[in-house]
Amino acid sequence: MKAAERPFTTISGVPIEPVYGPEHLAGMDAARDLGAPGAFPYTRGIHRDMYRGKLWTMRQFSGFATPEETNRRYHYLLEQGQTGLSVAFDLPTLMGYDADHPLSEGEVGKCGASVSSLEDAEILFRGIPLGEVTVSMTINSPAAVLWAMYLAVAEQQGVEWSRVSGTLQNDILKEYIAQKEYIFPPRPSMRLVTDTIEFGARHVPRFNPISVSGYHIREAGSTAVQELAFTLRDGFEYVDWALERGLSIDEFAPRLSFFFNAHNDFFEEIVKYRAARKIWAYAMRERYGARSERSWKLRFHAQTAGCSLTWQQPYNNVVRTALQAMAAVLGGAQSLHTNSLDEAYALPSEQAVTIALRTQQILAHESGVANTADPLGGSYFVEKRTLETEEAANRYIQQIDQMGGMIAAIEAGFPQAEIAAASYRYQREIETGERTIVGVNRYQSGDQPIELLEIDERAAEHQAAKLAALRRRRSSARVTETLDALKRAAEGAENTMPRLLDAVRAYATLGEICEALRSVFGAYQETPRL
Amino acid sequence: MSAQALPSPPIRVLVAKPGLDGHDRGAKIIARALRDAGMEVIYTGLRQTPEMIVSAALQEDVEVIGLSILSGAHMAIVPRVMELLREKDMGDVKVVVGGIIPDEDAGALKRDGVAAVFQPGASLESIVAFIREACRGKR
Repeated sequence: MKAAERPFTTISGVPIEPVYGPEHLAGMDAARDLGAPGAFPYTRGIHRDMYRGKLWTMRQFSGFATPEETNRRYHYLLEQGQTGLSVAFDLPTLMGYDADHPLSEGEVGKCGASVSSLEDAEILFRGIPLGEVTVSMTINSPAAVLWAMYLAVAEQQGVEWSRVSGTLQNDILKEYIAQKEYIFPPRPSMRLVTDTIEFGARHVPRFNPISVSGYHIREAGSTAVQELAFTLRDGFEYVDWALERGLSIDEFAPRLSFFFNAHNDFFEEIVKYRAARKIWAYAMRERYGARSERSWKLRFHAQTAGCSLTWQQPYNNVVRTALQAMAAVLGGAQSLHTNSLDEAYALPSEQAVTIALRTQQILAHESGVANTADPLGGSYFVEKRTLETEEAANRYIQQIDQMGGMIAAIEAGFPQAEIAAASYRYQREIETGERTIVGVNRYQSGDQPIELLEIDERAAEHQAAKLAALRRRRSSARVTETLDALKRAAEGAENTMPRLLDAVRAYATLGEICEALRSVFGAYQETPRL
Repeated sequence: MSAQALPSPPIRVLVAKPGLDGHDRGAKIIARALRDAGMEVIYTGLRQTPEMIVSAALQEDVEVIGLSILSGAHMAIVPRVMELLREKDMGDVKVVVGGIIPDEDAGALKRDGVAAVFQPGASLESIVAFIREACRGKR
């Protein structure tokens, strides 16, 4: 292909100029648009000394098969120098079904660890001091239930809740928009999220009750700007609900955290993170009147793009991941997950996940990119694209505001349709060869065999047997009593967290608890749209 | 096709997402591509059981069922769909499967009667062409 025929656009289709210079920054005001690292509006990062003070947390998302096996992997990762844990749950857990439910058949332990009761959570965190290690949990619709289990395990370890730190994903809006792992309709789901934000602000002040996530929006095929805009607008929705509950902005905003994708287009990702911090800082200060600097700062976790990994020539994925991770670091991420080379096929093998972790360690200790704050600040190209990205995202945000907020937009199918159109356009570009994916539509060569992790089918039997024994052992009267109390709380307006804690302590299972909530809230069904 | 021939009715395809997995990016892209290629596409939406899928296929009188599975549950789900199709005497409905399906599982599914398995990176064009070819003999 001749140079003139290559498209000079970002992966999201934004045209790029041949060169950028001072004329591109004519309207820019350094104080308003940039600030210094660690100063409003945090375009250049939330810390003055950035990674010199503290490196990002290397947090590999992991979980598979039984809680016993996942616990062993956690101990391995911590021994390898990983600095935080991140729990992946399997689909039945994410959907609020016990491992022995008929709909769980074939799914137990496949995409993450199976956790059906407090007993499984106890096993999952065995030997892991919850007062010292921060744990992130990727769970959404049943997030409040899993958090109750986590807090109950901390209690058993004798760790005060005030010392427990970590992150719950708990971002239900992006489930309706993109990942589609929802149980209840949007409004009762938002009430549960607000319950956790309120409970956290009062009792677990060091825990991030929510990680507002663009990651899955991007994985569903959105552009970078859609990822940014929909995520921040979701954030506003959670803020609105918490304010409505009666919390004050500075009481909970500092604990809202974010989660973004790190995709292939190096600079497009970096400007996305810079624009995110700026939009959020201005919104918190002006739209919501936050006074605390901590409320203004957008903190985020990044994960390299799973959807960019190719099945063909899987070793190339190591290179893709390294570049994506570097974009996240140059963009000022607080924590990072690097995908493993084999993840287009399966959950990662121990060898593959070690290379992924080593990639972060090489970035941190060998590349030099962590030596100074925002090394790209002041680049004509980066600053111009940061401004453009901010403007484009703000246009989407205004559009959703005019629709009456994110729930109304979701009900109208707006973000879903925008993402589906972008994802189809992208696939067409690959199909026509307009966009090159190395090893897939160009530079094809033979297979490179790799060794994959296999999930033992016995995981399901093991989990079912444990559940059966648990049901025989626990007090059914206590289970019924706590579930009834939970239902009454759900029907009324009180915070459900204390009732959820009682239910998990009585070893009511995840499935039983979600069924109790479903009986009050109903179940959500999406209208299939193309 | 000669100038006088009547245009044949479009191929009818049911695109379904079985199991608990909500990742519908692939299913939606395929459904759009088949529709753009002139086929009549019925998209079931998420979390369909094998029973629901086969019953929709019967009601909609489709020639092809496309199943999208990324969660690793394909060996529990697809054989059940094949079994139900045989029970209901719908053995002539072509079943194609797309998703993260390891080679050895793809072989097993084909032995069970699945017409084709499309793994990551399969082109939309190849999928459209396969379905056209598979339906040619029956029309």
